[in-house]
Amino acid sequence: MSGFLVAVGLLLAGGLLAAAFGRRSPGLAHRVGQAGAVAGAAIGLLAAIRSLLLGERANLLLPWSMPGGGVHLGIDILSAFFLLPVFGLALLCAVYGRTYLTHHAATRNPGSLWLHFNLLVLGMALVVTARDGLLFLLAWEVLALSPFFLVGYEDEKAGSRHAAWIYLIATHLGTGFLLVMFVLLGQLAGGSDFAGYAPALAARPELVPLVFVLALIGFGSKAGFVPTHVWLPEAHPAAPSHASALMSGVMIKTGIYGLVRTMTLLGAPQAWWGWVLIAIGASSGILGVVFALAQHDLKRLLAYHSVENIGIIMLGLGVGTLGLAAGSPLLATLGYAGGLLHVINHSIFKGLLFLGAGAVQSSTHTLALEQLGGLLKRMPRSGFAFLVGAVAIVGLPPLNGFVSEFLIFVSGFLAVAEGSGRMAAGGASTLVALALISGLAGACFAKVVGVVYLGEPRSAAAGAAQEVPRAMRGSMLVLAALCVLIGLGGPLLLAHLGPLVSEVTGVGIATTDQALLPMARALAFAVAIFVALAVLASGLWRWRTRRLALQGVRSAPTWGCGYSAPNPRMQYTASSFADPLNRQFGALMHVSREIEMPRGLFPGAARLETESDDPFHHLLFAPTFRWLDRLLNRAEIIQRGHTHIYVLYVAATLLVVLIFSILTL
Amino acid sequence: MKLLVSWLLPLIAMLAAPLLIGLINRTKALVGGRRGAPLLQPYRDIRKLLARGAVYSDTGTWVPQLGPVANLAGLVLALLVVPLAGVRAPIAFPGDLVVVAGLLGLGRFLTLLAALDTGSSFEGMGASREAYFGALSEPALFLALAALVRVTGELSLSGAYARVDTELWANAFPVLALIAVTFLALELIENSRMPVDDPTTHLELTMIHEVMVLDHSGPDLGFIHYGAALKLWLIGALLIGIAVPVRSGNSWLDLLAGLAGLTLLAVLIGAIESLFARMRLAQTPQFIVAAGAFAAVALVMALR
Repeated sequence: MSGFLVAVGLLLAGGLLAAAFGRRSPGLAHRVGQAGAVAGAAIGLLAAIRSLLLGERANLLLPWSMPGGGVHLGIDILSAFFLLPVFGLALLCAVYGRTYLTHHAATRNPGSLWLHFNLLVLGMALVVTARDGLLFLLAWEVLALSPFFLVGYEDEKAGSRHAAWIYLIATHLGTGFLLVMFVLLGQLAGGSDFAGYAPALAARPELVPLVFVLALIGFGSKAGFVPTHVWLPEAHPAAPSHASALMSGVMIKTGIYGLVRTMTLLGAPQAWWGWVLIAIGASSGILGVVFALAQHDLKRLLAYHSVENIGIIMLGLGVGTLGLAAGSPLLATLGYAGGLLHVINHSIFKGLLFLGAGAVQSSTHTLALEQLGGLLKRMPRSGFAFLVGAVAIVGLPPLNGFVSEFLIFVSGFLAVAEGSGRMAAGGASTLVALALISGLAGACFAKVVGVVYLGEPRSAAAGAAQEVPRAMRGSMLVLAALCVLIGLGGPLLLAHLGPLVSEVTGVGIATTDQALLPMARALAFAVAIFVALAVLASGLWRWRTRRLALQGVRSAPTWGCGYSAPNPRMQYTASSFADPLNRQFGALMHVSREIEMPRGLFPGAARLETESDDPFHHLLFAPTFRWLDRLLNRAEIIQRGHTHIYVLYVAATLLVVLIFSILTL
Repeated sequence: MKLLVSWLLPLIAMLAAPLLIGLINRTKALVGGRRGAPLLQPYRDIRKLLARGAVYSDTGTWVPQLGPVANLAGLVLALLVVPLAGVRAPIAFPGDLVVVAGLLGLGRFLTLLAALDTGSSFEGMGASREAYFGALSEPALFLALAALVRVTGELSLSGAYARVDTELWANAFPVLALIAVTFLALELIENSRMPVDDPTTHLELTMIHEVMVLDHSGPDLGFIHYGAALKLWLIGALLIGIAVPVRSGNSWLDLLAGLAGLTLLAVLIGAIESLFARMRLAQTPQFIVAAGAFAAVALVMALR
């Protein structure tokens, strides 16, 4: 616990000092802000690893004069597990961030950026350790507000300001539900400490579903379930890349944390919770990747993939919940293990991919897919790291994404094999959804890697791209190495996941281990196959290289089917690549297309432009808010701008209160 | 003895897979009234390619060179967990079906990247179609596997296929028949056969798989051809395991039954290729989704 407090202090000190130096000496602000973030995150990471290894529970209760709450921090295994990506990714993003910012936005004031970056890390750390309702809400608010300033960092751009406001509204709509939930829980328990919630709910079981729904909506809007995901594709592209990496990699996971933590307080789950989670998971996963396929902007596309991956996490948790409700500890353990492991895995590869997008942006000054191309030759190391991240996010072996998706797939198959008809249907839905998601994700990342990193540059800026500095590509390579490490170390990891899963599911540790060990053994077979794959592939590669050295290798222009003067503009574009899939799923989204076909014997120019709107933004939120706006505009009648009318309002209010208090006496 | 046959199985697959292609081509030739190439022609083609030099595109990086190698290695290793009829695979563990799907997916992903790396619009187009059809066929594969897992109650391929015997056919006839139909469709889809893709077309615009590998040559192309043969065997084995429910207890007999099934399957594919025209591209997704629908019906029937 002391390590954690030191980390919090360092983060805060670094941020405040950076803000203080901000305008006067940007260089110093950069150094101080980064030093605070790096030192704080490193110490926090070590503390989290220590409590995970020792399995210790720490609690800290401090006196507080604030009414209705207290300072109660606690680190148990679930908190420590979520602290890992919080501090781990924050550390790498901070290392990356200073170089990125001096490169990308040298003229700006770095003070506010570091302050809010550090506050974001701090907020996340406090959210996952708070054990008191009021403290949790305060930390949640720090977590909710600091990204507002990060998203609006380039505040001279109207797009950034718009994105920041959308984010702020979305996050507070979620907070509203949480406020209701915590007030309700506090009333029931007669205090705001988490410890009192579970017994209070046990006494009033009829309120449990209500709390579940409140938590689902409140935390879900932070996590980015469909349809509350609309802020992600706006906010993530607008923030500086290292901040979007942190937001997309970890911040949205605090929503998952909140949901999981709440569910541990609710007692035995009911089967319909599992169904709801699976439905949310399937819809978020499929819609997320379908929308991602239609995007032309790299960071927007990645933001939609976060929606997809949150969906995958929810599928795992959903199957696990079904298992708990049906009294199958095996299923519960596998589902939750897959979902929780995907939390870590997603933070690694999504952090990596956003940092990669930042590298692309800082060396080409664009994120438009159709302007890029051929970057792997020009940025070999960061390009390689991005490629690793892409394979990982698609869930392909031998990387980390496969490990968690393997667990979710197996839990789905297990439900199909052994469950009752209903449970088997839940498992089968999970399987189909996850299979479709991973197939579509493969198509989407083939598009991204193929169009951004492979082929020929589609613009002069892409042609002039250069490798990014060492601090930036170093952070990316560390994350890529983690993808490989978790991919190959999956069995080992799984064998030690027992305490965490048991804490979440409430299933005894012995039963949990009994469920996990056979899976760890199965995964060990899989890993052995992947190692053999690497050995065989490198053997084939060497054989072929030696063979070719004898036979000779020539280099020639790409075969153009007889056409001898190809140029980069003739390459397949991202839009054309994704077009068949976009048409197939056209019913799910609104893609407007403008097309001019080539005509006549000697065709002139031809053109195809597609623009996709998020239907939830377009058909749900925008009309709702317009309606709300009109409604509230009616209230303008009482806003006259004359002081004496406002004095009248004050007097009238006082009178009403007076009469009311006299009457109730 | 059982163990010996199990370990022989991947070796036989690696040796005999190109023969399936030879059989298909010979069937097509016979139906078309020609004599056709010798059955061993695919082996000669592969050997010839492996002995040659290579031409690489000026545009390309190392990715197009990695694609064929990784794809082939993945398919070879997938053979280790796929049983054939009554013969168990040498390695079996719960969830090995997910690993097979993962290896196939890795091969597909790297092939797509290799195609996109050349910067050719033809190969980009092929990659786009392959990605599209691949994304649709993945749920069909998992639905079929889920139905199989449901009727057998086993989480490993070898375990599940060991249970598919005449008795199970008698008890769950419609389910198994529907799964078999799905696997047959997947065999045609995944291996780019008619009516989804025409492996012998000469027009790049209409190709899917062949157009993706236009810029591969020499040993890389040899690896691709050999990998295609292995994939034909692999998915064929998933089908034969259901369509040939011979579980005699004698591994050699089971092996023979499986091989006979694969031979018949090759002839069947040759006949399909001769008798059916290639579908319009716009209809292909319907074909794939229909294959998935068969599996979905199978699953629903199995859930009762």
